[in-house]
Amino acid sequence: MLKHRLIPNIILNNGNIVQSINFKHTNVIGNAITAVDFFNSWAVDEIIVLDVSRTHKYKENFHKIISGLSKRCFIPLTVGGWISDSSEILRFLHEGADKVSINTQAVKNPDLIKESSKIFGSQCIVVSIDVKKNDSGSYEVYVNRGKDNTGLNPIDWAQEIEKLGAGEIFLTSIDHDGCKQGYDLKLIRDVSNAVSIPIIAFGGVGKWEHFVDGIVKGKADAVSAANIFHFSEHSTYNAKKFMAESGLNVRIPSFYQLPTPRKPKYNEIY
Amino acid sequence: MLAIIDYGMGNTKSVANAFELLGEEVEITDDPERIIASKAIILPGVGAFSKGMKNLQEKGLVKILENEIIHKKKPYLGICLGLQFLAEKSFEDGEHDGFGWLKGTVKKIAPQNSQLKVPQMGWNDTKVVKNCRLMNELEEPVFYYLHSYCLEMDHSQTDVITSICDYGGVDIVSTIEHDNIFAVQFHPEKSQTTGLKLLNNFLDTIRN
Repeated sequence: MLKHRLIPNIILNNGNIVQSINFKHTNVIGNAITAVDFFNSWAVDEIIVLDVSRTHKYKENFHKIISGLSKRCFIPLTVGGWISDSSEILRFLHEGADKVSINTQAVKNPDLIKESSKIFGSQCIVVSIDVKKNDSGSYEVYVNRGKDNTGLNPIDWAQEIEKLGAGEIFLTSIDHDGCKQGYDLKLIRDVSNAVSIPIIAFGGVGKWEHFVDGIVKGKADAVSAANIFHFSEHSTYNAKKFMAESGLNVRIPSFYQLPTPRKPKYNEIY
Repeated sequence: MLAIIDYGMGNTKSVANAFELLGEEVEITDDPERIIASKAIILPGVGAFSKGMKNLQEKGLVKILENEIIHKKKPYLGICLGLQFLAEKSFEDGEHDGFGWLKGTVKKIAPQNSQLKVPQMGWNDTKVVKNCRLMNELEEPVFYYLHSYCLEMDHSQTDVITSICDYGGVDIVSTIEHDNIFAVQFHPEKSQTTGLKLLNNFLDTIRN
C-alpha cells in the first residue's frame, strides 16, 4: 500500500536556512548541505527547498546550492522560489531537482501551469498555495511571499490549478506558520476534499502529534514542516517513529548510511 | 563507462548522481558512438510514452539500442519509461509501438479502490515474486514510484516478472529480468539506500 510521506521543508533566505514565523524570516539556522545530509539519513521521504529571498540577487547562488544538494539527495527533491517560466523549470531539472513548486507566477500567469505540466508531466509541477484568514474569517490566497492578497478563494484556486494540470498542492496557512499550534486542519480538509491531487500540509507543527492530525483529521496525503526539524537530534526520525507508532502507514523509520563524502566542499557551493 | 541515454525525458542527472556515488563512470549521451563504446546502457525517463519513443526515433537511437542490447547482449537497465518501452504497445494517449522486446502492453493503472489517485506517487512496498539478481539482499524493500501507466505482461511471458507492488488491489509489475535486460517501474535513484543497493546489484552483474 502507498505510504504517507513526511517532507522537511528547507527555507533559504539569501542562501541561509532561516526560521519562518508568519512568513517573517528571522533567525539564521544553518546551511542547506548539512540539513540535507541529516534529513537524508533520518528517514524522510522527500525534501523541499524554497528560496524566500526578497530579491533576485541570490537566484544564481540558489541554483548553485541546488546543483550541490542534488548530488547528495537520493530521495525526491522539490525546488521552489522565483520560478517565472518553463526554461527556469528545465534548468532546475537539469540541476537535479525532480519537481518544482510554483506560487506567485501560477496566479499571475496560469498558462505556465498548463504549459509546464504538458512539457514535464503533471507529476513535476507542484503548486504552492499560501492562505490567510481575512477579518471576516474567510480564507484568501496570498502571493509574493505572503505580501499580496489575490482575493482568490483557496478551494476555487485549488480546483482551477488541478484542471490546469498541477500534480500536487503544497498548502500553507500563513497564520499558523511558525506558531507551533498545529496545522489549520479545516483549511487542509476543505481543500483536500475539493480536489483529487495529493495535498502536502504545511504551517504550524509544534509537536509530532500534529503530523498525525494533518493526515487523519486534515486528510492530507503528505505532511511537511520546517522549523521544528532543525532544533533537535534525529528530529525527522523521531517524527516518523511517532507517525508509525500512531498506526499510520509510513516507511518504517531507520537510520540510513549514505556513502556521501563526509566533508562537503562548501567553497564550491557558497 | 555507463551510457545514460539522453532523449529529453526526465531526470538523467539524478540517475548519473546515483551511479557516480557508487563509484561508476557515467556519460549522459545521445551519441551513438558513445553508446556503442559503453559497457552498459541505462534508459531512465519520466513523461509520456509516445513523446519518449518519438524522441528516441528522431535521434535514430531505437536501432542502435536494439543492436547493442538484443544482438550484442549488452546489459540494459530501464527505469520507469525505460521499462515500459520494452513492451510491444502502449495505450497511453492513443496506441503507440514500443521496442517490442517483450510480449506485453502498457495500460493505465486502474486501482479497484476508487479513492486512490492516479498517478501512483510515493513509496510502496515491493514484493519479490522470483529469485533475481536486482533484488539480491533486499528484503521487503520499499521504493519510490511515480507513474500513471503500467506494464501488463502477456501470459506466455510472465516468467520475466521478478517483483510486484499492490496499488489499490491491483498487482503492478515492479521489476523485470530477462537475460541481459533489467527494468524497474519505480525510481531506484530516488529510493534512498534501498535504491542505491539495487543499482549496486545491477553493477554487480556487470562486474562479474
